[in-house]
Amino acid sequence: MHEHGTQEHGHHSEAIVPVKTYVLTFIALLILTGATTGVAYINLGVFNTVVALAIAVMKMLLVILFFMHVKYQPGLTRIAILCAFFWLGIMMTLTLSDELTRKWELNPAPWSALIPHMSHLPHIMRLFF
Amino acid sequence: MSTATLDLPPAVPAESRVTYLNATTGIKSWLLTKDHKRIGLLYLATITLMFMIGGLAAFFMRLQLIEPQGALVEPETYNKLFSIHGIIMVFFFLVPSIPATLGNFLIPLMIGARDVAFPKLNLLSWYVFVTGCLLALIAIFSGGVDTGWTFYTPYSSTYSHSAVTWMAMGIFVAGFSSILTGLNFLVTIHKMRAPGMTWFRLPLFIWSMYATSVIFILGTPVIAITLFLLALERTLHVGIFDPALGGDPLLFQHMFWFYSHPAVYIMILPGMGVISELITAFSRKKIFGYSFVAFSSIAIAVISFIVWGHHMFVTGQSVYAGLIFSVLSFLVAIPSAVKVFNWTATLYKGSISYEAPMLYALGFIGLFTMGGLTGLFLASLAVDVHLNGTYFVIAHFHYIMVGGAVMAYLGGIHFWWPKITGRLYPDMWARIAAALIFLGFNLTFFPQFVLGYLGMPRRYAVYPPEFQVLNVLSSAGASILAVGYAIPLIYLFWSIRYGPIAPQNPWGAKGLEWEAAPTPPPTENFDVMPVVTEDAYNYQPLKGAHHSV
Amino acid sequence: MSDAAVTHEAHAHPPGFAHQFETIEQQRDAGRLGMWLFLMTEILFFGGMFTAYTVYRSLHLPAFEVGSREILEVRFGATNTAVLICSSLTMAMAIHSAHSGKKKGVTMMWLVLTMILGLTFLGIKLRFEWYEDYLHHFVPGLGFQYRPEWASLGSQMGQVQMFMCFYFFMTGLHALHMVVGLGILTVLLIMTARNKFSPDYVAPLEISGLYWHFVDIVWIFLFPLLYLIGGRY
Repeated sequence: MHEHGTQEHGHHSEAIVPVKTYVLTFIALLILTGATTGVAYINLGVFNTVVALAIAVMKMLLVILFFMHVKYQPGLTRIAILCAFFWLGIMMTLTLSDELTRKWELNPAPWSALIPHMSHLPHIMRLFF
Repeated sequence: MSTATLDLPPAVPAESRVTYLNATTGIKSWLLTKDHKRIGLLYLATITLMFMIGGLAAFFMRLQLIEPQGALVEPETYNKLFSIHGIIMVFFFLVPSIPATLGNFLIPLMIGARDVAFPKLNLLSWYVFVTGCLLALIAIFSGGVDTGWTFYTPYSSTYSHSAVTWMAMGIFVAGFSSILTGLNFLVTIHKMRAPGMTWFRLPLFIWSMYATSVIFILGTPVIAITLFLLALERTLHVGIFDPALGGDPLLFQHMFWFYSHPAVYIMILPGMGVISELITAFSRKKIFGYSFVAFSSIAIAVISFIVWGHHMFVTGQSVYAGLIFSVLSFLVAIPSAVKVFNWTATLYKGSISYEAPMLYALGFIGLFTMGGLTGLFLASLAVDVHLNGTYFVIAHFHYIMVGGAVMAYLGGIHFWWPKITGRLYPDMWARIAAALIFLGFNLTFFPQFVLGYLGMPRRYAVYPPEFQVLNVLSSAGASILAVGYAIPLIYLFWSIRYGPIAPQNPWGAKGLEWEAAPTPPPTENFDVMPVVTEDAYNYQPLKGAHHSV
Repeated sequence: MSDAAVTHEAHAHPPGFAHQFETIEQQRDAGRLGMWLFLMTEILFFGGMFTAYTVYRSLHLPAFEVGSREILEVRFGATNTAVLICSSLTMAMAIHSAHSGKKKGVTMMWLVLTMILGLTFLGIKLRFEWYEDYLHHFVPGLGFQYRPEWASLGSQMGQVQMFMCFYFFMTGLHALHMVVGLGILTVLLIMTARNKFSPDYVAPLEISGLYWHFVDIVWIFLFPLLYLIGGRY
């Protein structure tokens, strides 16, 4: 809801974010960039992707909270941002629920080819072999 | 007039007062306006034109379908007719219809604001929309589009020799216009309500416009990127949707329907909001279960985003995904049903009068219910295997889009016409037109349920002879429907010049737009900015034949 | 209606005040909410491509790894990431400077630095990445050539071209947004030069800053997802 009536001039109810906050955020972002680049040269298997995404999310949060001032904003802004990402998640999840479950055998495990009598099992069992 | 009207004699006849209509004159004052009310009228003119173009396509389709082996048009031309009909009606008529016309006009009035949050952006949205319409017209005149309004790949990306890219650009641009509109509405509703206008005192039309705007923001960008990628694939011959290039055509469908299913709720939610206003006004009664109706709008908007796969049951989608989408699709019927129950309960023991807007509202309730129920058949995976791609689907969505959304739109236009123009239209002609539309609509589309059930496929220029009777009935109905639509066009235009001057509140309706703003309003909407002290629809029961305030 | 109703009196308002609002605070809140709603649409807009990317990467990871490791160069991606992070800092400093009432020259300096960094980003991308890709026949649709050593991917080899498709579409869309951002910065530069901003009124700078930071965030995700697939070990 808004106030009505006149406001004094020069009165702005918002504190200015200090330069130090910006500089610290900046340094943290550069460090994280170095980290994600460095970690790519280490073999973590599937966790390479997890770590890379985790770092990217951290960097995003730093930019959103400090550079974009969301830390100092009312809750409506946070709800809006969360909604957008949640909806993106809906699109990805339900699309993948089709794309990834369409084929019965994505990458047949090598030893299943050695078992000739697999064909008598119901189709659904083949998902797991 | 019925006994339910309340006539406050205007202090000064409309022509001698300064209203938003005569405050400034000349075409530049309209084309450069920042007044949400004038912008609403600019949109009204544009979408009426687009409706006629879409309707013309339908006219030729129904003419072709009178004969089983009709020779009116070539099958390739027929493909273009149904594609253009669908594209124009969905993207250039229904999606903007209530939001950009009635929404633009009414939202600031209903919440007690002087204008929307971003008036210049509002004007820009109209110009963007007109640009989209022009691109669509270029597409039509440079050969049309024959892919269906669904643009499935790889036909649309690789094989079709029609103006797909032009049309995709037109839809992209029109979609951007709708994003700007939705953005404006959300900020306006959040930040510019009058003192005392709490969330739960808002008219239900505002709740439904809020929910619609949420869908605009979250859904439209996805059709934008999808059509953008389609256009790139078509022009560069590289892309992600054509199997020949390693792509997946179903990915296109997922991305397309992620927007296009919520889009159908963009098309119906505003209509539902209008019906809440009409039912309360013409039964002179508070809405039954205000919070349920309000939250049901939000629920519909949310659930609408998780059901899109029901358009893809027979396309090769994974059975598991199909199961999930089928169950979720049943869920979305619940909040819609809540609304229908609550409207009906509002009617119960109300002082009902049957002016034209109410006739449209009552027709909506019946026809929307039929359309919605038939949606459940289509949501059932197994049944959909037989009904998908048939006229059953066409009848289902026309019951909702035409029997529902268009009738709500017409009801709203009639209800608020005095507020918009300061004039009254002839009620007798309005009721005749409403009856003709209802009759014509049912004659057009009910036979299509039967046709679909019997197996007649959609998007076919010819059909087996045993389907002819039903097709002829449908085409006959379409001609009645066309007459029904023409009549309001005539008397509404006529009324602008020759209709009786409207009093401030001809219906005796509740709401800031009726009670706090003059008819028609001045540019700044209110002479005195309102403060709200009561709930919405605070109708008092009438005592005898005399009116009490 | 009560006497507490606010009439539309002509009282003095801060600069840049728009009269559909009651107060400048309401206007500022509305402007911010509006920009965030627009950024939400951008999240879904880019998100559509990220979704498609996720689908193809899940289905064809080995080919994507080959494309990422053997065609893209981490040094350019990492440098560009650092460049954009610097530009976010300079953008934040520009707003800070205007909000603190510093001389307009200071604000303009920060804006110009942001633009220089933006142009640097685009320069690196165009000259050292896209142009080089074109010369080495890595651009789909412009004479794309498969390397013989990729034949080990078998039937999936075509997905290397698909990966490059995504690379160009996604970085291209991002670059387009950067160009728009540079245009906005130019307008802001002119507005600052014309003394439009003061400690009471920095809204256009602030909401443009939101847009600029958003474009930075998109790149923060593009970098690992395109350049660092499958590791470099």
